Amino acid sequence: MRLPGKGLIDRGNALNFHFNDRPYIGFAGDTLASALLANDQILVGRSFKYHRPRGIMTAGSEEPNALVTVKRGKSKEPNTRATVQPLYEGLVAQPQNAWPSLRFDALGINDYLSTFLAAGFYYKTFMWPQPFWEWLYEPLIRRAAGLGTLNMSYDHDLYEKAYAHCDVLIVGAGPSGLMAALTVARAGLSVVLVDENNRLGGRLLSEVEEVDSVAGHVWAADVTVELEGLANVTIMTNTTVTGAYDQGTYGALERVAHHLGILPSGLPLETFWRIVAKRTILCAGALERQIAFPNNDRPGIMTASGMRSYLNQYGVATGKKIAIFGNNSDAHRTARDLTNSGVEVVAMIDSRIGVSAIADYPLYAGARVVDTSGRLGLSAITIEYQGKTKVLECDALGVSGGWNPTVHLTCHMNGRPVWDEKLASFLSKEGAIPGMVVAGSAAGTMNTAGVLAEAYAVASIVIKDLGKSAVKLNVPKSEDGTYEITAFWDVGGKGRAWLDFQNDVTTKDIKQAAQENFRSVEHMKRYTTQGMATDQGKNSNVTALAVLADATGRGIPETGTTTFRPPYVPVAMAALGAGGEGKGFAPERFLSSHLASQELNAPMIEAGLWYRPSYFPQAGESHWRQSCDREVDMVRSQVGVCDVSTLGKIDIKGKDAAKFLDLLYTNSFATLKIGRVRYGLMLREDGHVMDDGTCARLGETHYLMTTTTAAAGEVMRHMDFVHQVLRPDLDLSFVSVTEHWAQFAIAGPKSREILNGILSKKINNESIPYMGCGEVNLGDVAGRLFRISFSGEHAYELAVPARYGDSLFRLLLGKAKALGGGPYGMEALNTLRIEKGFITHAEIHGRTTAFDIGMSRMVSAKKDCIGKVMAARPGMVGEHRDQLVGLRPLDPLKQIISGAHLFEVEDISERKNDQGYVTSMCYSPSAKSVIAQAFLRNGRARLGSKVKMVDHLSGVETICEVCDLVFFDPEGGRLRG
Amino acid sequence: MRIKCPLCGSRDRREFYYQGHASILDRPDPESTLETWNDYLHNRENLAGVTEDLWHHEQGCGAWLVVKRNTVSHEVLSARLAKENGL
Repeated sequence: MRLPGKGLIDRGNALNFHFNDRPYIGFAGDTLASALLANDQILVGRSFKYHRPRGIMTAGSEEPNALVTVKRGKSKEPNTRATVQPLYEGLVAQPQNAWPSLRFDALGINDYLSTFLAAGFYYKTFMWPQPFWEWLYEPLIRRAAGLGTLNMSYDHDLYEKAYAHCDVLIVGAGPSGLMAALTVARAGLSVVLVDENNRLGGRLLSEVEEVDSVAGHVWAADVTVELEGLANVTIMTNTTVTGAYDQGTYGALERVAHHLGILPSGLPLETFWRIVAKRTILCAGALERQIAFPNNDRPGIMTASGMRSYLNQYGVATGKKIAIFGNNSDAHRTARDLTNSGVEVVAMIDSRIGVSAIADYPLYAGARVVDTSGRLGLSAITIEYQGKTKVLECDALGVSGGWNPTVHLTCHMNGRPVWDEKLASFLSKEGAIPGMVVAGSAAGTMNTAGVLAEAYAVASIVIKDLGKSAVKLNVPKSEDGTYEITAFWDVGGKGRAWLDFQNDVTTKDIKQAAQENFRSVEHMKRYTTQGMATDQGKNSNVTALAVLADATGRGIPETGTTTFRPPYVPVAMAALGAGGEGKGFAPERFLSSHLASQELNAPMIEAGLWYRPSYFPQAGESHWRQSCDREVDMVRSQVGVCDVSTLGKIDIKGKDAAKFLDLLYTNSFATLKIGRVRYGLMLREDGHVMDDGTCARLGETHYLMTTTTAAAGEVMRHMDFVHQVLRPDLDLSFVSVTEHWAQFAIAGPKSREILNGILSKKINNESIPYMGCGEVNLGDVAGRLFRISFSGEHAYELAVPARYGDSLFRLLLGKAKALGGGPYGMEALNTLRIEKGFITHAEIHGRTTAFDIGMSRMVSAKKDCIGKVMAARPGMVGEHRDQLVGLRPLDPLKQIISGAHLFEVEDISERKNDQGYVTSMCYSPSAKSVIAQAFLRNGRARLGSKVKMVDHLSGVETICEVCDLVFFDPEGGRLRG
Repeated sequence: MRIKCPLCGSRDRREFYYQGHASILDRPDPESTLETWNDYLHNRENLAGVTEDLWHHEQGCGAWLVVKRNTVSHEVLSARLAKENGL
């Protein structure tokens, strides 16, 4: 029921919304929860296990009951807490976990079966037979349990991630946060002030007490205005700090657009922030807890402070006849405020004796609530007072079991909170998070005057710590009452008393867990699911462990708490994964010939971040194999052009460059002549092959290394390692020039003819012999020419500065076409290299040695190199090793499949008989046969024998002949041509 | 986690590549026994407490760093350039 004239809502701005398919009206400034309560919609959901009717319990992000599904356009957000969902025009929300309806829920039957569904029920009941899990138990449990449902379609909403840096992060903008922010900001430090709500003020918005002789919310608004005017202050509203991490890093979830009905294009729904701060002041306040008493979960029963928030901030009386039950002085304020607002308070039930009322309401001191009634909403409570029970009619009950300082963030790095007997609460351990200090009620200071003074003092220390001097501020005058509490957890008696409302955990469950020897708080939690709901026990953990402490005969400090872990509030996966969806922020690398290849309709294949053309289809070709076979024939008979710029290129200069390369490569590069290129093999220190490639000597102290496309990054890191870590004494430097040069392979019998048509100075077999290199000119453009071949043909690689790549590629294609040649893609490149027995990372996959690939002789005996010692270990060489060989099927058109395993022909194809595996295969137009490379046990000794290839996935079996790796031109005459 | 690169300043750990314990700074002599090599490559103390690791500022300046940190408290105590090791 809305009260006239009260609250901080904008009554001039009425908003229509729907809940449970019924229309309602609220006001700007409402949350969905306050608007529902204003409309007397007390029942909002059903509990997880027993499907008990539940109402709104709190006014904050800790809400366990009021979880709804908000529908916005095509998207549907389940498990939205109504207490933090700002109301907007046209909001549509649905209750969850109720079928067929909220008022009549079929699974409410679970409630009557609760005797059988107590703690550990699932563990005990669904044990066996084990196969039943899959088809019976799990689907059954899944249907019955659970909260909101996903809509199972693509999430159209946008999410983002962002980063912020500051001197001081202030978590929470209640009185302590505002005071701390003001103090730090005036000292000139950069401040990020974060608050969960859409306006600053925290509890000040919910209280009637004045600050600095004005209403608390007015003071908060004034401070907000001042802070907004300061360039060194960033205010983040609707943002919850979710976790504390190492070195002053914090996670924070900003709910950017949950207050909007229609999202403007480009605006994210949520942003996940990483905030890095030199210091942090935790001003997260405190959360009120419940008292356990029989049937304490009926709709209409909520926290006393929540009730006060709805009254003072939203102008909502949550009932017509209200009772309050508490064990502390703060609960009386709710009774007082309701009374002063003209709402009937039927009783203030205080478990303490000798207390007095602070306004005109009936007080029952030394009393307790022992039962409640009302099926879908509270109708009466039974109290025990002076030895007698008495039934009081009421439709709302505010409960306060005391306040728990919000110490969660201080525990995120394994800091355990410390029990404070006087407060009957846990307080944070000092220094639990390096760089973080705690102020205000989060530190256990329970009146506004104390909170403000403490925030000022703490902020002043932080300012000094950061080398600035604090500006003198007057701490405003405000309420300075004392908070008095006598611990009281569990009324006891017959009937179920709820602790964790969402997961339906009762005091009985905790006692049963203790009885069954789950006495450790961590065991009790897992056995009963206490604290494992979406509120993570914020409302109930302390009370639950007090009940456990009692049941096990220990004190609360000995019982301890469960571990608080991030995130503090639920965070959508979409927010955490923002930027990682689809291509996300992953860079794409395009060749300088990319456009020209696209114009030729070449399909692209991804190679790491690179996009490379697979093949270049011609008219009449409907299958990639047709194009590939044609391109292979073209290279073998005429000439082909292929962009090979993706290979890593590392430019190395310095007087010790040769020494450095000799350490990196297994073979020697000090002996390489200027103007020549050599193939090199690199090992990891453990003796396995890391990479291979060519390295050209461009000058006495100047080399140019190429790496494979796949390992370019790894090799660069390795070189940095070898230079900086192992041999910082060597005088050289190197830099990746992969992107600086466009490089094209020109391969085939007519390759020199093409080059001589474009180079300023003609070349011949003497000026650029096989494995020679040199500088060339194409008109005014200086390039580099390398006579190297990955195809087995007379071939060159021509490099020009990348900006000329596109025009050179087009020029080469034109020349090639005139000679009956053309471009070739990755498929043909792969076929050409398999025909020739060359390897790629399919073969040097990280578990193979130089011995395995038949390159033992490349490991120089004359010098040390990385990996040399370990490559010679027993076990790394010998007959038991899988060695690289060629394979061809006896029937040339039978399938060979990469990854398939090899067996002796007569053996059963099972693991113990395994003889090796296929790494690469292709159809060779040159050999007119399927051919392959494979690792075969002692393979080099088995040339000419037969093996059985079995692909267990597809069921294909092929008998193959073991043959030499080189299928084409074994003498290499074509290379030198 | 943040590491203070001597060249770039305080940076998020996502910019760094983690290699392993700093014992790999001391590469054995090629003539050393296989046991020595095996220890160098594979065997680690894995202490709870202060340790020195090698990190590569791969998304930054490319420097290899020796980072001293506490594996229990996660405190990062120092970071120095690996190439200045022993200088």
